[in-house]
Amino acid sequence: MSAAAGALHDGWIVTKRNLIKIKRVPDLLIFTTIQPIMFVLLFTYVFGGAIKGTGVAYKEYLMAGIFTQTVAFGSSLTAIGLADDLTKGIVDRFRSLPMSRAAVLIGRTTSDLLNNLLVVVVMGLCGLLVGWRVHTGPLAALGGFALLFLFAYAMSWVSAVIGLAARSVEVAQSAGFIWLFPMTFLSNAFVSTNTLPDWLRPVADWNPISSIALGVRDLWGNAPAGLARGSGFPAQHPVLLALLWSAAIVAVFVPLAIARYRRVSTR
Amino acid sequence: MADAILVQGLVKTYGSVRALDHLDLKVPEGTVLGLLGPNGAGKTTCVRVLATLLRPDAGRVSVAGIDVLTQPQRVRKIIGLCGQYAAVDDNLTGYENLEMIGRLYQLGKARARQRANDLLERFELADAAKRTVKTYSGGMRRRLDLAAALITSPPIIFLDEPTTGLDPRSRLGMWDVINERVRSGSTLLLTTQYLEEADQLADEIVVIDHGRAIARGTATELKRKVAGERLEVTVALATEIEAVRMAMEKVCGDVPEIDLEARRVSAPAGAGTRALLDVARLLDSAGVEPVDIGIRRATLDDVFLRLTGQTTGEDDNEAEIPAADRRRPAGPVKTEGVR
Repeated sequence: MSAAAGALHDGWIVTKRNLIKIKRVPDLLIFTTIQPIMFVLLFTYVFGGAIKGTGVAYKEYLMAGIFTQTVAFGSSLTAIGLADDLTKGIVDRFRSLPMSRAAVLIGRTTSDLLNNLLVVVVMGLCGLLVGWRVHTGPLAALGGFALLFLFAYAMSWVSAVIGLAARSVEVAQSAGFIWLFPMTFLSNAFVSTNTLPDWLRPVADWNPISSIALGVRDLWGNAPAGLARGSGFPAQHPVLLALLWSAAIVAVFVPLAIARYRRVSTR
Repeated sequence: MADAILVQGLVKTYGSVRALDHLDLKVPEGTVLGLLGPNGAGKTTCVRVLATLLRPDAGRVSVAGIDVLTQPQRVRKIIGLCGQYAAVDDNLTGYENLEMIGRLYQLGKARARQRANDLLERFELADAAKRTVKTYSGGMRRRLDLAAALITSPPIIFLDEPTTGLDPRSRLGMWDVINERVRSGSTLLLTTQYLEEADQLADEIVVIDHGRAIARGTATELKRKVAGERLEVTVALATEIEAVRMAMEKVCGDVPEIDLEARRVSAPAGAGTRALLDVARLLDSAGVEPVDIGIRRATLDDVFLRLTGQTTGEDDNEAEIPAADRRRPAGPVKTEGVR
């Protein structure tokens, strides 16, 4: 078996193991689903009236942003899951087996992706209920979701590095989560970047979260026009930039995570 | 006989602590080596290096002739590891655990299933096969963990304190299973802090302390190294210990060892029965009536005491007791330092 085929084979076995846990202890899944529903309802009905000026209905504008934030937050599960495994003997067992060194990480990121998928479906239904609609064809609609999941998977590997470095599950939980707040809010996810001060606007425009959210809006026909899109290259090529960002994150963090896993030990 | 496990000059330090200090080990094929030592002696660190989990600072390690440091993936195919903390998944059933580990050992699906069922049967876990491991008792988890290590019937097995924390009945059950592996020709490296366990299972024993081998040999050889017979007196009251100590020092001509908690005083009984009678007489005239008095053959506990100046730890937080201060069981608590 080639190294890649071996990694996929072993990775799938570890994925199944993680999915069994979700099935037997569904609490985490339930809470990760409730949170985005809460966000959809709060933002639509609390801020929806106050936030204007994007040229499209705010709930239309908002959905892609909340989807992006949700999958980014969802990726922090990877840090928690890995840190939790590390507190038990099971990682020592895995590391003593003739299995791929990438398998535990592939298994974790894949099961977290599937978890994210379920959350997005529930959220989508919730969005439809409050009046969000996709205005493009089915292919473009699926393209938007594909972009979200690609980004979610990439972010999971960032989270994996945090989880492997954290000294406890509690640390992994905060460390994996806290930086996502400024990252998601300093973007066009909830408000247009054209209201930001001049010096801050480029930061928000080039933020990967902005590229994903705007790219998804374009694919779904929910995007605003003109200045509300932001400015420069990120405003003109959000889908391309979203793909590049995801690829760059994967290229940097997959090798980092695997290198860390090789040296890690049970705590 | 070829050496199935070879360790030369192994060194591993954690900050200023030397967990392994030029350790040498040799385990001929088909034999059992008992690695005996207190908590923090370096036993687990040694096993972790052998099982490819930890890179040492210096030294050479090979398993079945394969270099562990340069070819870890080849080594992983021929070893089984059963750790101190049962490395099985709580949320999976016993069967799911074994099947998963079989698949990750690269057994095919059918073979992994069959091995899982066979081992569950053999380890008396068949009834619990469909229950999640969360519901298992400590003994059941250890058995499952051992079964996981044996999925591929590996020729070389590392058992890191396989019975620590188990009740006596579960311990005997583990010994049975381990003995069976040995009879079928596997090479075993077993760490333990129980002298009895090393005595029962190991062909050769290496006593380690502070990461160094301080003695090696068969159980009989090690026992012989310690002055043969010892006179032992146990009293009911702590206040009587001093009288016993004085009597024994006079008769045996050696400073007796005192176990305050058990109220037991012991010393080498050079003159055999004569010493026993003399001490009994002295105690009688001092008005001390012992709960127990007798002559005892050396056990591995004595060996250990002689070599390290401390008793073997019976619980996980056993304190390290300096030889000079054995009367007070206190001192810095030392943990294994590898987790």
